Amino acid sequence: MTTTRAASAASKNAGTPARHVDPMRRQQAVAAWVLALPFMALFLVFTAGPVLASLGMSFTDIRSTDVQNPFSVEFLGLSNYTELLGDPLFRKVTFNTFLYLLLGVPFTMAVALAVAVGLNRIQRLKGFFRVGFYLPVVTSIVAVSVVWKFLLRDDGGLVNTMIGWFGVDGPAWLDSTSSALPTLVVMAVWRNFGTLMVIFLAALQTVPREIVEAAESDGATAWARFRYLTLPMLRPTLLFGAVITSIGYLQFFEEAYVMTKGGPLDSTRSITFFTFDQWGYGNYGYASAAAYLLFIAIMLLTALQFRLLREKD
Amino acid sequence: MTQTMTPAAAPQTPPTTTPGKPPKSREGYYLRTPRWLYAVMAGGLVVVVIPFVWMVVSSFKPEAEVRSVPPTWWPETVTTENYQQLFTQLDFPTFFMNSTIVAVTVAAGNMVFCSMLGYALAKLHFPGKKLVFALVLGTLMIPGVVVFIPLFVLTTNLGLANSLPGMILPFLAGPFGVFLMRQYILALPDELIQAARVDGAGELRIFFSVILPLCGPAVATLGVLTFLTSWNNFLWPLVIATEESKYTLPVALALYAVGQNATKYGLLLAGSVVVVLPVLVVFLVLQRRIMQGIAMTGIK
Repeated sequence: MTTTRAASAASKNAGTPARHVDPMRRQQAVAAWVLALPFMALFLVFTAGPVLASLGMSFTDIRSTDVQNPFSVEFLGLSNYTELLGDPLFRKVTFNTFLYLLLGVPFTMAVALAVAVGLNRIQRLKGFFRVGFYLPVVTSIVAVSVVWKFLLRDDGGLVNTMIGWFGVDGPAWLDSTSSALPTLVVMAVWRNFGTLMVIFLAALQTVPREIVEAAESDGATAWARFRYLTLPMLRPTLLFGAVITSIGYLQFFEEAYVMTKGGPLDSTRSITFFTFDQWGYGNYGYASAAAYLLFIAIMLLTALQFRLLREKD
Repeated sequence: MTQTMTPAAAPQTPPTTTPGKPPKSREGYYLRTPRWLYAVMAGGLVVVVIPFVWMVVSSFKPEAEVRSVPPTWWPETVTTENYQQLFTQLDFPTFFMNSTIVAVTVAAGNMVFCSMLGYALAKLHFPGKKLVFALVLGTLMIPGVVVFIPLFVLTTNLGLANSLPGMILPFLAGPFGVFLMRQYILALPDELIQAARVDGAGELRIFFSVILPLCGPAVATLGVLTFLTSWNNFLWPLVIATEESKYTLPVALALYAVGQNATKYGLLLAGSVVVVLPVLVVFLVLQRRIMQGIAMTGIK
């Protein structure tokens, strides 16, 4: 839709008297490219180049030792990819990554939506609450992971001390293969829901108050108003939120790196973590193939979002 | 030249409120906020903030007390030994400086370069514009994990491995900033630019003397957001910093946390305070600006 706007602006400008158009146009084009130059140069060298190089490397057996003499690198075709699909560890980290996504996305969205609805309803201290709930988002994941690891200690950790008040004997959350991953998700929800909360709140504020009031005076319950008025109106925003959150969880890494080192028994290791490890072992080609599979998943999600949004319009 | 200012022939916006509506309903039943909602929100806020409070309080306890079971709520002995250790025995002053230099440079680069391209994309006509904009949007979804290996090879070959420039350059102009600046500049009136052209200003001069001064709020927002992102950035600095003298704060903290200091909680928590506190202060002072930036790029 942005392109059509640009196009219509262009055609409007084309209607200006012909004698002015050519030199002005050229000046504009030159100026525009001068302004674009620093960004484009950095983009080509540090983004476009590496994206293509990474794709190329994923079809080869390049290792860290080959960087000095590139002629020893052999083309492998798709065999890195087929090897990945048969690699039990890669299967495991792929499963884990989708588990992060399947647990994290609904949980994050539900918390963000609930808080946003609450914030939209209160009048006093709204800004205060909004800032407070947003605080974790601006903090370093590494730092808050250190803090949470401390909170989650088996004996003497704040979490187990508090649930102990209710007579529950909390487990060593990060030491068991069944509880470590969900525990990391809970921490990630705490860290991340603020972004979606702000986006949802802005969307909620565009729901016309008159309609909600009319529904209420017609006897609609709070739940019915939310379910049949607010939620449908938020649909595009929810979809957008689901996609950006999914992209985030697909890249899950830092929490696991600091809190569990991928363990126990690789139960919290993600695709990004796997790629990082393979880089560390010097397997550049293999690591690039893993990264590209993740990239493809992200592109598919983004494409899905555009399709769903278009259907709605 | 005024002919481009086609008067907005669009129909006047329809009245949003019915004229005869009794004003009483504004203050009426719907808007009353139930008391319990404030209690629920306050409870939620406590849960969100507790980890930070616990972090700060525990960082002032001596190591033995930090691990005591059950935990002490308030330090029985208040000590700054954890901080002293960070700043005298460990090299946190250097890590702090590295983080600051990287984040400030990255923020400055984004403020300048993204405004430039943002203006070109918002207001100028040039061949390749659609392609450039598509590239910017496409770059938004490239995860760092896809590029870090070739980037590592590249920076190593350029002699920039284990250096601050190597840490900075890949992030000096990001797509997010271009998008944010474009959205902001789109809303500025075209007439400003037309008038400057009539006055004979060159295209670049128009950008630097007319447009840029009007972009203060957006540029400031962008600066704060990129500073925060850079300050918290982890994967790339972890990859490229091979010697302690080039660690940023998150890299140092993470490596201590998984290394031989993994059980020195007092020390690690003090380190977390050093990483988190400056950012929380910046955020609390400038929170209005940051919230606007998120809303602007998130919903627009």
